[in-house]
Amino acid sequence: MTDAAITTSPSTVAPGQRVSLLRVLGPAHVWALGVGIVLVGEYTGWNFAVDKGGSLAALIVCWFIGLLYTSVAMIDSEVTSTVAAAGGQYAQAKHIVGPLMAFNVALYLVFAYTMLEVSDAILVGDLIVTVAGTEGLERHAFVVLTIVVLAWLNYRGVLMTLNVNFVITAIAYVAIIILFFSVQPWSQGTVLKLGDLITPENALPYGWIGVLAAFHFGIWFYLGIEGTTQAAEEVRSPARSLPYGTMAGMITLLIGAAMTWYVCASLLPWEYLGFTFFPLFDAARATGSGFLETLLFWGTVLAAVASANGCINDAARAWFSLGRDRYLPTWFSAVHPKYRTPYRSILFLLPIALAFAFIADLNQAITFSILSGLLGYTFMSINIMMFRRKWPLGSIRRGYTHPFHPMPAIALLSICVITYFAVFLGYGSQLIAMTLFYIVVSIWFHFYRYKYVRRGDQFTMPWPKPIGY
Amino acid sequence: MPKYIPPEQPKVMQVIDIAFIVVAIFVALWLPLKLGLAGVSKAIDKIENPTWESLGQNPTMVGFWEKLGYDPTTAHDIIQNKFHYTWDITTLLVMVVVVVGYFIFLFRASDKEYREVIDEKFGDKK
Repeated sequence: MTDAAITTSPSTVAPGQRVSLLRVLGPAHVWALGVGIVLVGEYTGWNFAVDKGGSLAALIVCWFIGLLYTSVAMIDSEVTSTVAAAGGQYAQAKHIVGPLMAFNVALYLVFAYTMLEVSDAILVGDLIVTVAGTEGLERHAFVVLTIVVLAWLNYRGVLMTLNVNFVITAIAYVAIIILFFSVQPWSQGTVLKLGDLITPENALPYGWIGVLAAFHFGIWFYLGIEGTTQAAEEVRSPARSLPYGTMAGMITLLIGAAMTWYVCASLLPWEYLGFTFFPLFDAARATGSGFLETLLFWGTVLAAVASANGCINDAARAWFSLGRDRYLPTWFSAVHPKYRTPYRSILFLLPIALAFAFIADLNQAITFSILSGLLGYTFMSINIMMFRRKWPLGSIRRGYTHPFHPMPAIALLSICVITYFAVFLGYGSQLIAMTLFYIVVSIWFHFYRYKYVRRGDQFTMPWPKPIGY
Repeated sequence: MPKYIPPEQPKVMQVIDIAFIVVAIFVALWLPLKLGLAGVSKAIDKIENPTWESLGQNPTMVGFWEKLGYDPTTAHDIIQNKFHYTWDITTLLVMVVVVVGYFIFLFRASDKEYREVIDEKFGDKK
């Protein structure tokens, strides 16, 4: 088995030829990868922001966190359209900040996506058990089935994986639109009762501290959109497809988040909305329509499956990249000779996902994922400033240049700081434990593992020497 | 700068490296769960013999609760399970020091490694 290379290769490999990932994806696949990972956030998870701060707090953070992710999408589009390599932000960190940062960023990605995959599988299992209502039926079999089947799908090939994602993501998104128009959103009081459910007394039950706390789960509305960059080596035209697919995905999600909040807050008391694992499904139940209930049941299952599918895809590529650069043993950098997928990375992460699906609850798995995502966004805000300083506009060819620099970076960093505080309110020990983990593995990498890494070979972009070096 | 040639890592050490990462993952993510440190600072503010009125629910809210299959007794633990946002400044400072310290180490150590990469890649070239 050989290391991967970046080429546009045929699907069969001659003896002795280097095996590479295939460039077969277009903008629709990029959209499907990004929205597919994230859309489950509308079906579950965002509503824990209601639990932490009330319905109005969830709406406020939906907008503010939407700003954070718009910044993420803008920044990511510029850097990724310029650094088009598997691993996404990992490859960015390697070329712009340095190897240790890259090692950490890859781990953020692997944890954020693996724990998101775990959350998705738990959601599928819990929903099926709830709807079945059978005594003694447990979620574990459905959780295992979801994870294993999707890992197999990813093993078999990226094009089939993302074609499946495109279809099921579209169905799950259309389900939200059908629910939205079925409850006559233009006519409050007919089906929707926003004014009765959100009163001056319960709009912000914990006051403004609750709004701050709600930032924690507000991230779940959009977490994972940056995963579009993981497909950089498998996209036919990265400079065009990645910005286009990512920005289209972000617009899709902003519209979906607004519709989701409006319908759910108008159909469910805030205490229940903050408690349930299936807010859109329960909103459909509250309408009394059997059709909507069935539709949103399948919407929830498909959104979770699409998300887990994309997460396996992204986590495996980040892990694969670590092996390819010798940050981890090169064994992980193998590409399947027939399916052209990073199959060893896919298989290695499978038992880890299964183990956490058994030992963690939904909100704990979500928090693990959010914490890794948050550390990654902090990196991105600093990364773009270093990128512009080391290679100013005009010094290298950029596929896309985002406007208003450095405002998006400053907005992103500011919202990250607020979200750290929000996580601290209720989940501080997990944040500290996770950061200590990253400190320990960083020390291990810097003082031990890095001696196995080639130096100059890590820098693969055809750029001039960075300013200041 | 002369080209750095990394040593070959024996297979057994590669396995040990993978084991280290896996153990570290489980310690970091599983230990807080096992020690009961993970999770939320919530508590149920108990009300004896709850009614919809005492739970603060208006007729519209009651209608939705009942559609979802709840009565005041079964809804009590959901409605009264509330956050109590209190924190001490010491814990907050510990968190700030850990997170900021981590990023400072990360960027400094990365920069040191990055300079070696750039030196080897570009040498004296512009």
